[in-house]
Amino acid sequence: MEWFIAKIFAKYNYWVSILLMMIGFYGIVAKDNLIKKILGLNIFQTAIFLYFISLGAVKGGTAPIVDEKIIQKGYLYANPLPHVLILTAIVVSVATTAVALSLVIRMHREYGTIEESEIIKKSSEGHQTGENSKVHH
Amino acid sequence: MIIPIDLILLLFVVILAITVIRLKDLLSAVILLGAYSFLMALIWVELQSVDVGFTEAAVGAGATTAFLIAAIARTTRWEKE
Repeated sequence: MEWFIAKIFAKYNYWVSILLMMIGFYGIVAKDNLIKKILGLNIFQTAIFLYFISLGAVKGGTAPIVDEKIIQKGYLYANPLPHVLILTAIVVSVATTAVALSLVIRMHREYGTIEESEIIKKSSEGHQTGENSKVHH
Repeated sequence: MIIPIDLILLLFVVILAITVIRLKDLLSAVILLGAYSFLMALIWVELQSVDVGFTEAAVGAGATTAFLIAAIARTTRWEKE
């Protein structure tokens, strides 16, 4: 039993990653405000980054800046492959956020609100009147 | 007793994430998201990935916060209800 508990709590980075992922998912799904959804999306992305960086970390290691002397002294260093992947993913996440925010600003200009339910209501009303005017013509 | 700094940072990150989702004032939520990103950068330096750490500090905590504040300035500050 003690062995089991120690085994579970040794990998606490992954548990925190899953927790953050679920917090961000709640923000995306349950919140009505569009900017709040984008904040949830950001938290979700950071949770995935935390998972990947934790995969590459080495206990007692150093940063992967390899030198001849460091190798001869037998130091360990972290796996740099997840770092490269996540470096790209951070830039992609900023681009995603910027595109989403530009869409939110455009919707606010069109409908005057950033609450999702009000936008759906207004857009369905506008669609109906558009249909009616089409029929009249 | 040695204080495990990574555990403390992870605890702060979870508290900040919950607060960001719960807050009704979008501007303070965005500022707290900047603090969250900066703590994430500290976690990544602690996990031996310094390059990801300073990219996150510059891009995540800096540029994303600026974009979000600009978007809030063009829309509304308060979440309804």
